Amino acid sequence: MKKFILRRLLLGIIVLLGVALLTFFLARVVPSDPAAKWAGPRATPEQIARATIELGLDKPLYVQFGKYLLDLLQGNLGYSLRTRRPITLELQESLPATIELVLISTIAAVFVGIPLGVISAKRKDQLIDHLSRLFSIGVVSLPTFWIGLILQLVFFRVLGLFPMGGQLSTEIKITMDIPKVTGFIMFDSLVTGNFRIFLDALWHIVLPGITIGMYPVGLVARMTRSALLEILNEDYITAARSYGLSERIVLWSYALKNSIGPTSTVVALSIGYTLVNTFLTESIFTWPGIGNYIASAVIGLDYPAIMGVTIFSAFSYVVLNLIADIIIALDPRVRV
Amino acid sequence: MRWLSDFIKTLQPTIREWRLSFYLLNRNWLQRVALIVIALLVLIAIFAPLISPYPSHAISATNPKDKLLPPSSRYLFGTDELGRDLFSRVIFGTRISLQTALIAVGLALLIGVPLGAIAGGLGGAADEIIMRITDIFLSFPPLLLAIAISAFLGPSLQNAMLAIAVSWWPWYTRIIRGQAVSIRERQFVRAARAIGTPTFRIIFSHILPNTMAPVIVQASMDIGGVILTIAALSFLGLGAQPPTPEWGLLISTSRTYFLNAWWYSTFPGIAIFVTVLVFNLIGDGVREVLDPRTRKF
Repeated sequence: MKKFILRRLLLGIIVLLGVALLTFFLARVVPSDPAAKWAGPRATPEQIARATIELGLDKPLYVQFGKYLLDLLQGNLGYSLRTRRPITLELQESLPATIELVLISTIAAVFVGIPLGVISAKRKDQLIDHLSRLFSIGVVSLPTFWIGLILQLVFFRVLGLFPMGGQLSTEIKITMDIPKVTGFIMFDSLVTGNFRIFLDALWHIVLPGITIGMYPVGLVARMTRSALLEILNEDYITAARSYGLSERIVLWSYALKNSIGPTSTVVALSIGYTLVNTFLTESIFTWPGIGNYIASAVIGLDYPAIMGVTIFSAFSYVVLNLIADIIIALDPRVRV
Repeated sequence: MRWLSDFIKTLQPTIREWRLSFYLLNRNWLQRVALIVIALLVLIAIFAPLISPYPSHAISATNPKDKLLPPSSRYLFGTDELGRDLFSRVIFGTRISLQTALIAVGLALLIGVPLGAIAGGLGGAADEIIMRITDIFLSFPPLLLAIAISAFLGPSLQNAMLAIAVSWWPWYTRIIRGQAVSIRERQFVRAARAIGTPTFRIIFSHILPNTMAPVIVQASMDIGGVILTIAALSFLGLGAQPPTPEWGLLISTSRTYFLNAWWYSTFPGIAIFVTVLVFNLIGDGVREVLDPRTRKF
């Protein structure tokens, strides 16, 4: 067990190195003039020359890569072209908003997706199974950014039930002190007892949350269903049934527990999808997270910022998969 | 050209498998509908200039006096901010989406398949190196790598296709490699080796043709996802550029107007949804048909 985790950790580090190598290659080797890209579209010759020195482009590639790795280890992702501020700092500022969204949608994936998959497996080939399968294949076929616009159209423009975007109402932002403990608005307002701010934040997260959450709900439901169906055919399930255990116990505690492996893999996977989906939806809801950050970096051709978000997201994706693998390793059948 | 006829001969079992799969797929009504819709979409893509009422509106012709009109019998899907017929633009968008998705998947196959065959056929260090490279590519969340690559190549539809291919090939390499490893030790490959056939000939004319079936199935299942990815890249401004009537770009441009012109975002989105959905339905069906545990005769 310990050995497995250790080996998996080591493998994770190697993959991270690979990710660093690939992003390095993309930023420094693929473009014909990386310094010009790095200095921005309207850079003066002096600025380009400075970028050349800053990036160490006059040195051999392996020295450049060494410096690149060292910078990454120190959390130095360079400076944004638009704001001239450190990218790491800007990511730190926009991260809490994105994490809030990702968390909400992951909670939805777990608490809606898993039961949906279980019910679907239990009533295989009945109407509810067909409906839930159609739902899961439907949501993975929907363009996320389009759902966002349609929800705005229906719930903001037509029904006027929810705000169009933002994390908080303007009047609250102006008239009230927004508590800052961790940077997570919902958490902070709850801890400090500012229920008005909390409710306002909750009201604002509904539409972006649904937009982002649909995909993982469908994905998790589908995975849970197929994992469960496989397990329900196993002998020990038949044995449990023949002991006269109620179907509910068989399903929810015998079968579901053993489908935790594939399900946690897919939850990790869906967090990755969700993170990337925020790139497409946050700008629609003017949600101040990293998705919005990269969307405006793309429009402004802010290469260092694009690269920063790429590296950050890839790294967190690798770490998430690592965690999922370790959770699976807790299953005694997988232990090596 | 003997190798070509050899190649075709070795494909025959694949074709038989395909016809069987097609028969099984066709029995499920939902999948039959999906197959019909795909055929329709292909026809729409081919005959776009004949179907669309205002073919010139697909590119840059403008018609400012009719701007942002709601759907009517004259403009089925309404008009955009330059008075162009949205129906014509969506019709032409079908052509762009199918074309680019096919090219992107084709490019990914072109990179992924030979690499997988080499990895599986050669084994040893080549295998190790190629597979570790695929590991690195696959450790990026989907879409992210495509975003980064097309940002660095510069925004255009061609570069978006290239970016998708570059981030997609490892999947095919993995499938081909898995197949190749199991075929490498089969009798006919040993026989070829025994009579002194050069290694690369063994890989490309004995092993490779026998590994193609699953990867072609996978590639056809991926079309839906690739269409969605192209739309997403265009939406971010990294794919098609105006005035191309690409669906993702249409939705992106509509953002300025959609609150007062619901039709502008709605119809291109439905087009994406329906197209991706039918490809995914077929993909799901194919998976079920090919998996012996779920296959039903």
